[in-house]
Amino acid sequence: MICIEGLWKSFGAQEVLRGVSLQVQPGEFLALVGLSGCGKSLLLKHVVRLMEPDRGRVLVNGQDLAALSRRELEATRSRMGYLFQNSALFDSLTVYDNVAFPLREKTRLGEGEIRRKVMSELEVVGLQNAEEKYPAQLSGGMVKRAALARTLARDPEIVLLDEPTTGLDPIVSGAILRLFASVHQRRNLTGILVSHDIPAIFGIVQKVAMLHGGKIVALEASAEARASRNPMLAQFVNGDPEGPIQLIESREEPDGRTRPPEMEDAVKKSGLKQP
Amino acid sequence: MDTNDNPSQTLIEPLPSRGGQRRPGLRFFTAAGAWLLSLLAHLGRAGVFFTQTLYCTATPPLKLRLAVKQIWFIGWKSIGVICLMAIFTGMVLALQAYPTLRQLGSQGFLGPLVALSLIRELGPVLSALMVTGRAGSSIAAEIGIRRTNEQIDAIELMGLNPLRYLVTPNLLAFLVALPLLAAMFDVAAILGGYLVGVKLLGLNAGSYFGEMGSYVRMHDILGGLYKSASFGLLIAWVCCYKGYYTEPGAQGVSIATTQAVVNSSVLILACDYFVTALLF
Repeated sequence: MICIEGLWKSFGAQEVLRGVSLQVQPGEFLALVGLSGCGKSLLLKHVVRLMEPDRGRVLVNGQDLAALSRRELEATRSRMGYLFQNSALFDSLTVYDNVAFPLREKTRLGEGEIRRKVMSELEVVGLQNAEEKYPAQLSGGMVKRAALARTLARDPEIVLLDEPTTGLDPIVSGAILRLFASVHQRRNLTGILVSHDIPAIFGIVQKVAMLHGGKIVALEASAEARASRNPMLAQFVNGDPEGPIQLIESREEPDGRTRPPEMEDAVKKSGLKQP
Repeated sequence: MDTNDNPSQTLIEPLPSRGGQRRPGLRFFTAAGAWLLSLLAHLGRAGVFFTQTLYCTATPPLKLRLAVKQIWFIGWKSIGVICLMAIFTGMVLALQAYPTLRQLGSQGFLGPLVALSLIRELGPVLSALMVTGRAGSSIAAEIGIRRTNEQIDAIELMGLNPLRYLVTPNLLAFLVALPLLAAMFDVAAILGGYLVGVKLLGLNAGSYFGEMGSYVRMHDILGGLYKSASFGLLIAWVCCYKGYYTEPGAQGVSIATTQAVVNSSVLILACDYFVTALLF
């Protein structure tokens, strides 16, 4: 289970996360949506403690990440899989070696067993014939699939996927989401999926949360999110430029701090009630 | 009442906002304080980085295969350029020293002069500067790109320590390769000096090498090798550190690479003085 409690994060004068709270139950998958640059990837990095919050805490399976020793953190991370936005494959290694890397370094499996496991993962993502290729020789979709195979290779309990389909054509994107849905179903994964692939992601997640202005402004079951009554989520889902979310730049406050666009102003302007 | 007329009120006046105007004096102290704090933070982080790297080097698992690969890259692939540079250095040294020695009637000392200058000083320093430019910059850029592409984060999220994979092998490789390269530099440069001194200027070959044998002691050779090893440690530390903590983006990597080379080169020369004072 992932529990995020009142998370705040600033960079200099810019406040990006302003008291984010969120829970993901075991076996549940949550889609995190929001405008580009609103802090979704940043939030995801806090869940694996690649970033330290200014305030608030993150609990994974009941353990406060900030209170863990290096060894305990390594053990917790070993049970998690993270798919980076730009895949983060090691460009000096082949696809096979990329997927085998965590198995060689963190398990006591023999090379035969590792080969069996790697080939099985590559088959799941449809890359069994690209094992000897380097990341630079792959297309965008293949890179994402190779990264997904590496993420899943160690059978993680918790998976965090940062925009796995961004920049891909609809067919490859659909194939990756379908692939992910089947893996999720078979392995009963818990996790968070950051994506703009709406409404395709609604079919594979149980809940949808929307991050805006540094806060979670909507949290709904995916079935409801398709026709959400929350004005912001509805605007986002429909891709409507008109509505409570306005594409205004961060403004400087009198105290010198920069804040992301405030939903209150936009809501006020549109005459809608704040959720 | 105008606040400027009241000194006490001026003193407790809150700092203006970021966009506001600050008095020049205050601005200077703010900038100087920020610079000092930033410098201390960098030094502290570099110190922690170095200590962690030494810990990873002294404890298993050592990634020897990666270290061997880096020895090949840093050492083997630098041999050509090191030898070329060394031959010309030796030739110039002989060409410059010979007329002065002849004026003093001591041209027989050309061999020891060339050998001692090279073994104690020029060999370690010039080979280290060349390796910084050729391999140090490349290593800083490679680690920087791995940081920018989140490959370092990926290693960390696998529950592994990135220093063991990216820094320790380089440290070991520099420690092994640099003394060997310096030794090769010495040999090639002495041959360069031979070409000019003996073949071009007509000095007796026996005198060139014979006097060298009388004046060069094992202490000089070992001192040069220790110097090279200390430069290797320095280059690995600075170049890996700069790459590891690079700012995001192409410009960040470019700045990190430049700083790695400039800082390493300056530190090599500064360190050279202290090591020389300590060893000789």
